[in-house]
Amino acid sequence: MAVEHPLAPAGDQTRIHDIGYRGYDGPRLGRAYARRSLYSQSLRGAYGLGRSVKSKVLPMLLLAVMCVPAAIMVAVAVTTKAHELPLAHAYTRWAIVMQAVISLYVASQAPQSVSRDLRFKTVPLYFSRPIETADYVLAKFAALASALFVLTGAPLIVMYLGSLLAKMGFAHQTGQFAQGLVSVALLSLLFAGVGLVIAAVTPRRGFGIAAVIAVLTISYGAVSTLQAIAHVQGSDGAVPWIGLFSPVTLIDGVQSALLGGDSSFPDGIVPSHGQGAVYVLLTLGLVAACYALLVRRYKKVGL
Amino acid sequence: MYDPTVARLTYRALLGRRRALILGALPLLLIVISVAVRGLTGADDQTASDVLGGFALATMVPIIGVIAGTGAIGPEIDDGSVVYLLSKPLKRPVIIFTKLIVAIAVTMVFSAVPTMIAGLVLNGNGQQIAVAYTIAALVASIAYSALFLLLGTVSRHAVVLGLVYALVWEALFGSLVPGARTLSVQQWSLAVAHKVAEGELVTSDVGLPTATVLLVAVTVLATWYAGRKLRSLTLAGEE
Repeated sequence: MAVEHPLAPAGDQTRIHDIGYRGYDGPRLGRAYARRSLYSQSLRGAYGLGRSVKSKVLPMLLLAVMCVPAAIMVAVAVTTKAHELPLAHAYTRWAIVMQAVISLYVASQAPQSVSRDLRFKTVPLYFSRPIETADYVLAKFAALASALFVLTGAPLIVMYLGSLLAKMGFAHQTGQFAQGLVSVALLSLLFAGVGLVIAAVTPRRGFGIAAVIAVLTISYGAVSTLQAIAHVQGSDGAVPWIGLFSPVTLIDGVQSALLGGDSSFPDGIVPSHGQGAVYVLLTLGLVAACYALLVRRYKKVGL
Repeated sequence: MYDPTVARLTYRALLGRRRALILGALPLLLIVISVAVRGLTGADDQTASDVLGGFALATMVPIIGVIAGTGAIGPEIDDGSVVYLLSKPLKRPVIIFTKLIVAIAVTMVFSAVPTMIAGLVLNGNGQQIAVAYTIAALVASIAYSALFLLLGTVSRHAVVLGLVYALVWEALFGSLVPGARTLSVQQWSLAVAHKVAEGELVTSDVGLPTATVLLVAVTVLATWYAGRKLRSLTLAGEE
């Protein structure tokens, strides 16, 4: 397309050459669109979609590890015509039983989501678009939490469908299924927050993975060791309070106290309703704190 | 076979500020827990054995091994700066051997020493438990370092693979499938510890001869293959 060059006045030696750049006057998609794109790209990236085959292997494998045992359990229940899933309170317990797999998923995907942006110094490029710090953090947080919700929710759906096929009692199963969904939603938010806060500190992916797994599993190991010892010493009252100090036991406490599940605490000790309220408050507080820390972290990143 | 310059650079990479923090935090947690347990329960051999076996040897040693073993070579391969090291007139096995020595030293210092201290705090080395688990941690440090150093040269996802081995294979499969315990560094080192400890508190599913042979074989083979692998290393870009 021809561009009209304004004629320079004769005799004027200094002038700006118009080399044909044109301004953009199409529709501007704006901040909400950018945030949505970042969310969907991060969510797809968390399962390796749109990335290399190699990076699909681990998330898909972990998803399969979550779902296949659930499918086998359901198949056994259907063939034996059981009236209840073999694992008591399976919907709320599943994520706790499978916590090692979930921890590995967070550890591998949280650094994948944020560390590389830091390492290749692409974060300032995001912020040269119309998004704000809060948008970036919100999109990444929501994407990882959704990915975790898919990971932890998929086996529940498998169990729910299976139990309906086996005619296990619609109302009962639906109620438990809903309770399970609430519990895994809390777990997804908490784990995503913890994972992202740690991963956003380091630009090294490998180190981020080790740090996330260390925080999740070591705190769980430490807490369950202390709980076991407190139980052996006969101070059962201390067991629920010790459980407040690791993410896994925190979720375990919430689901056993308020969502009608069993706990994995020693001797199946269940926190009281009051303690359950403390658990919920602490969980939500931690999620909010993670969000605040992330916003603070990205306020000054790469600038 | 040992190059001081490579060793110095590796030490600096491993003990840079944040790595040293996480490497130091785990042993500190172990000691805090043992002090708390001692305060709650007093000296008890069974409790000491549970804490050292369940927390120190099963969780702490492998994670420190992963950080030190893969950290000794992984980040360099990851950001491509390993080519400057490889272009020096050094034999590749020398590089691997030096890095292995450094990784072993770091793992030993951050895992065996705190295990010893925790053991002394927990029951004052009753029934030789502290010494037995310290020796197990020392032996495991060597095998884990060699294994995870090899992973660092083989794959860019070395940390994840190392953690899958340590947490899923040794902890999860090891507790469910008895056969998996035969192929676990943890059980091999426990077999060595069993020899040292008096009484039956420290037990292993593997006999001492098998364990020794497997430990030596894994360490030597992993080091040898890592050296070979480094000879034909291809640098992959970020996906």
